Amino acid sequence: MSRGPVIQHDRQVLAERILEQTGVDVARCYQCGKCSAGCPLAADMDFPPSQIMHLLQLGDFPEFAELALRSHTIWLCLTCEICYCRCPMELDIPKLMDVLRYESLAQKKINPKAKDIISFHRAFLDSVRTTGRLFEMGQVIDYKLRSGHFLQDLLQAPWMFFVGKLHLIPERIRDRRLLKRMFARTLKAREGRP
Amino acid sequence: MKTGFYPGCSMKGSAREYSESLMAVAKVLGRELPEIPDWNCCGATAAHNLDRDLALALPARILAAAEKAGMDEVLVPCAACYSRLSVTRHELLDAKGSEALRARISGLIEAEYRGSAKVVNILEWLAGIGGLEGLIQAPFARKVACYYGCLLVRPAGIVKFDRPEEPQSMDRLMKKIGAEPLDWAFKTECCGAGFSISRNDLVARLSGLILDDAVARGAEAVIVACPMCHLNLDMRRPNIEKRADKKFRIPVLYVTQAIGLALGIAPKKLGLQRHKVTVRFSPAVDKSPAETLPPSGTRPGEA
Repeated sequence: MSRGPVIQHDRQVLAERILEQTGVDVARCYQCGKCSAGCPLAADMDFPPSQIMHLLQLGDFPEFAELALRSHTIWLCLTCEICYCRCPMELDIPKLMDVLRYESLAQKKINPKAKDIISFHRAFLDSVRTTGRLFEMGQVIDYKLRSGHFLQDLLQAPWMFFVGKLHLIPERIRDRRLLKRMFARTLKAREGRP
Repeated sequence: MKTGFYPGCSMKGSAREYSESLMAVAKVLGRELPEIPDWNCCGATAAHNLDRDLALALPARILAAAEKAGMDEVLVPCAACYSRLSVTRHELLDAKGSEALRARISGLIEAEYRGSAKVVNILEWLAGIGGLEGLIQAPFARKVACYYGCLLVRPAGIVKFDRPEEPQSMDRLMKKIGAEPLDWAFKTECCGAGFSISRNDLVARLSGLILDDAVARGAEAVIVACPMCHLNLDMRRPNIEKRADKKFRIPVLYVTQAIGLALGIAPKKLGLQRHKVTVRFSPAVDKSPAETLPPSGTRPGEA
């Protein structure tokens, strides 16, 4: 055995977890490439969807599964569902992408290029956690603070306000405490933050 | 049969004209749409990208609240919310291992989710209303590109609605109001969805391709049924034009705005003035056929 036990363990858990959580058996993919052909962002990905499947199939080389977790692809995936729609083996690739994202987050293997996308998601959920709904202006300010893109879309705000699309005060639901508990038991528990 | 209404966050903010036009149309059609009491955000892309349980719990709380209010079905006009609610319903009722999952999610939302309320999208709801043709005051006689986007029709096995790549339901609706739906290639191509802020470079490219094809086929308007599609094709127009290095004048209308114009509702009541791309259609485009149609009793007063 030249390979370390940690890597061995990782590989088994990842392949099994995907099957367990999504019912997707990556071994059934025969690399026809229809998913990558239809994917609207394949050209922007470091590994198009069919290559992600291939990386996961090569279980004897766990460093490939690692590449999938560290890929930009999993964060660029828009969940447009075209790959699943066209897959001759009916493999639910978007659902598999969800699991890869959770694994990537949990193992802190986030691709640095995905920073803005994840900042946006976090800002979005921050708003939902505190008000129960998305407060668009609050979210954008939160995103700017997280990402450092202070000047982006600065002129959109006055226009949106002018046409009546921008609210300055958030709408809040009544049962905000329940929402806070829901977040505490899910996302926050997983991230180990209060 | 009680139909509840789930507006979702966009329709309260950046897509308020979708809500305004839906309400105006519902009034003419004599339908009431009570909101689900104390509804929360569905979690959208952010939740399912970061946490599976949260992505199921947020929509489950909404559906449980609708059930509690005695609603048999819930109209979800936002395609993204529709997708999240449909997927959650599927995962908690029909998918493998759904019973254990349902118990866990019910625990999270501190309420029992039974699954009695059906989830209905805007095209389904509009198609189910009989006699729309008889209420037309001014046919919307325009060539239109019906843009469905991704999530109204996919995943096909879950939403079980229309064809996943060559859908027809919106085209049929447009014919009913006198429009000419065009054959085009980008009906269900992705606009870039939730990347509008975090990766607007990608949105500009994908949305540009959609507008390019619509214009090349001779469309006078793109018709949408999703706040995110509208945001990307309309509000992001300056980004699209900058990237494509050309101007696109084609306006983007919500399906309810096009129907509203045909029903003779004033553009302002449909929120057309809130668009980035100026809409120059008015209900008075073609007055003559309106006089030959029987007048409708429930038409709003501004006519």
